Amino acid sequence: MTEYESAPIVTLTGVKKHFGPVRALDGVSLSIARGDCIGLVGHNGAGKSTLVNLINGGLQASEGDIAFDLGDTAMQAGVRSVFQELSLCPNLTMAENLRISHNALKGIHWRRQARREIRASLDEVFPNHGIDADTEVDTLSIAERQMVEIAIAFAPRGTSARLVILDEPTSALDAGIASQLIAHVKRFCAAGGAVVFISHMLGEIFEVANRVTVLKDGHIVAEHPTEDFTRQALVDAMGHVAADDPETAIVAHALGAEVVRTPQGLAARAGEIVGLSGLAGHGQAAALAQLFLSRSSAWRSGTSPDVVFVAGDRQRDGVLPLWSILQNISISVLRQGAKLGLVDTASEARVAADWKARIGIRTDDVQNPILSLSGGNQQKVLFARALASPAPIVVMDDPMRGVDIGTKQDVYAMLRAEAARGRTFLWYSTETEEACQCDRVFVFRNGAISAELTGADITEEKILEASFQMQTAS
Amino acid sequence: MNLLSKPWIWSWSAAALTFVLTIGLTSGRGAGELAYAALSFGAFAAIVGLGQMLVITLGPGNVDLSIPATMTLAATLALKAMASMPGTALLGLMIALAVGLGAGLANYALIFLLRLPPIIATLAASLIYQSLAIWSNRGLRIKPPQELAEFATGRFLSIPNVAWVGLALAVVVWIVLERSVWGRWLLATGQNMRAARLAGVPIEFVRATTYLSVSVFAGLAGYLLASFSGGAALNMGAEYLLMSIAVVVIGGSSIAGGNSNVPGVWGASLFMFLVISMLNSYGAAAGAKNVLTGTIVIAIVIAASTRKGRI
Repeated sequence: MTEYESAPIVTLTGVKKHFGPVRALDGVSLSIARGDCIGLVGHNGAGKSTLVNLINGGLQASEGDIAFDLGDTAMQAGVRSVFQELSLCPNLTMAENLRISHNALKGIHWRRQARREIRASLDEVFPNHGIDADTEVDTLSIAERQMVEIAIAFAPRGTSARLVILDEPTSALDAGIASQLIAHVKRFCAAGGAVVFISHMLGEIFEVANRVTVLKDGHIVAEHPTEDFTRQALVDAMGHVAADDPETAIVAHALGAEVVRTPQGLAARAGEIVGLSGLAGHGQAAALAQLFLSRSSAWRSGTSPDVVFVAGDRQRDGVLPLWSILQNISISVLRQGAKLGLVDTASEARVAADWKARIGIRTDDVQNPILSLSGGNQQKVLFARALASPAPIVVMDDPMRGVDIGTKQDVYAMLRAEAARGRTFLWYSTETEEACQCDRVFVFRNGAISAELTGADITEEKILEASFQMQTAS
Repeated sequence: MNLLSKPWIWSWSAAALTFVLTIGLTSGRGAGELAYAALSFGAFAAIVGLGQMLVITLGPGNVDLSIPATMTLAATLALKAMASMPGTALLGLMIALAVGLGAGLANYALIFLLRLPPIIATLAASLIYQSLAIWSNRGLRIKPPQELAEFATGRFLSIPNVAWVGLALAVVVWIVLERSVWGRWLLATGQNMRAARLAGVPIEFVRATTYLSVSVFAGLAGYLLASFSGGAALNMGAEYLLMSIAVVVIGGSSIAGGNSNVPGVWGASLFMFLVISMLNSYGAAAGAKNVLTGTIVIAIVIAASTRKGRI
């Protein structure tokens, strides 16, 4: 034990990374030893993803030194990463995806061996996962893709994993799967592995990490053993206003007439916040997409749309990658103020500036490309796009992925204010905690609604019960 | 904004360089005539290129291969209706544009209703348009009305009339892309069709109007080209298949969609004509010209993709 505590797997000394004028990291020193499980927290754009990419060799440091105990490169040192933006090849099977990072798989039977290895790794991390190794990745739900990616990171792949970096690994996972992952991380660290765990869910950080590092604006502002932090101290260190207990903040307000009723049984009234819950990938996203498509047209676009959509899968459903932040915000409101079919650029700029301030998009200039933003800030842009439109119904497909806790509180408050003014929200979330903020919750199981909860019935226990009922009954 | 970062600067520089090289061969004689010819012939490539650019902007897999056949059919039917009689120029224009509209509707119907990939749908449709042109033409070569031929070959302020038409069209397309709601919708659809649909963009409307536009542009180009060259010929559109795609690519528009470049299309159209006339001056064979055209397009695509990779 003493031997590996003395030699860190990776040591960063005074590392800086600049992207043009943007100082993503400004002098960070950190060492990660075997057995460490480091919780890395910070607001959106604090530099967390940049730090990950420097450690795993995806980026070169502008200044400073990164040293490994084994070999010269991250790969030789056994550093693995799971990214926030999923990086699997969608047209290949899981087993084939494993091969991409596993050069030792050779010969005519490589597929059989790859299947065996990915299956073993999935079984180890996520018992009873129910995913077949021959499935093509694009048929998997976002939660399943995340599970596969995590399993590939922990798989042996010729050399064993020694340091695994998990960037927001649980944001797409439901509570049951997330706790399996946390249990595996604990086992992995107890056996001498190291993990860097990035999450905006502070409960997870407290559960899994033995040391917490707080990043703020490219600096490490606090680094202590987990037991020295309280939840409040951690939130303060990240530089946010104190997070209220969300449940106390719900203000009762009168609901209007029913504005949504789908054949599946999903219903909502004007001014209501309706949650969709249950295990990830049980038909919630499909139900919302279907609702949106049935209430909007691919042929006509009025000046005031009936329904708008906030995407959770940013790359697939949300971001228009070639455009600026401004153009990404304004796409849904172009018809407003347009004269003779021409865009009113002045009002467009006003809307973008207004929402940059209201939702706190971290950029100097809304003319910057959308891809210059961190993942959480891109998500804010998608929120701004939907909320800027006057549509009475807002459909949100797990929209809080990668959003930091301070912004979440702001958005919750914004949603409540908009709902009080009569807007209706349909909100799918993988966080049970978020479902508990809704006026009414529909729990999904196997593509159908298994329970409708209202008022005091909306509790974590009831939601979980409705999510699992079938499995306990059979 | 740095001038060098504008993608259209490359096609215009290439056109200027080729112009100088060609003039150098004749030690300065005929510069005016060469520029005039480049503007005349470049106009036809620019008109169909602008249409093809809109389609390519729709995203991967979108291309209109029926441009040559639409040009031929529009020109054939327009000239047949005009029957060389004076005062029929406007009637002919209407017929050419209507043929374009009809071809665009047919193309989009195949794509939307039968869910055919655009490349197959437009290629298959082009065989039908070409057959219709053969059937209605029956080997006759009808001259355009006198005043129309004079307009198509004439000039105004020492610039060819057809170039004025091409320039006016370019300005309209540029305004539509840069400033109009429809232009934003088109660019959004080309970047990510699913995301655009979920952001409320009427993507099928955008696709339909884009395929209509390209065919109408092809109809206009066919009408002008036939009037310019003294009659419709069955192979008159042939060279515009590769040309329409080449000028889009050389002009700096992204072949992956979502990004288009109007000034670049004009620069590339001039460049393509000048390259061919340069090779003619150097006495190159027809085969060599085709090889060189293909090589240029491939080289530009490679250069454009590596430039993006580095950023």
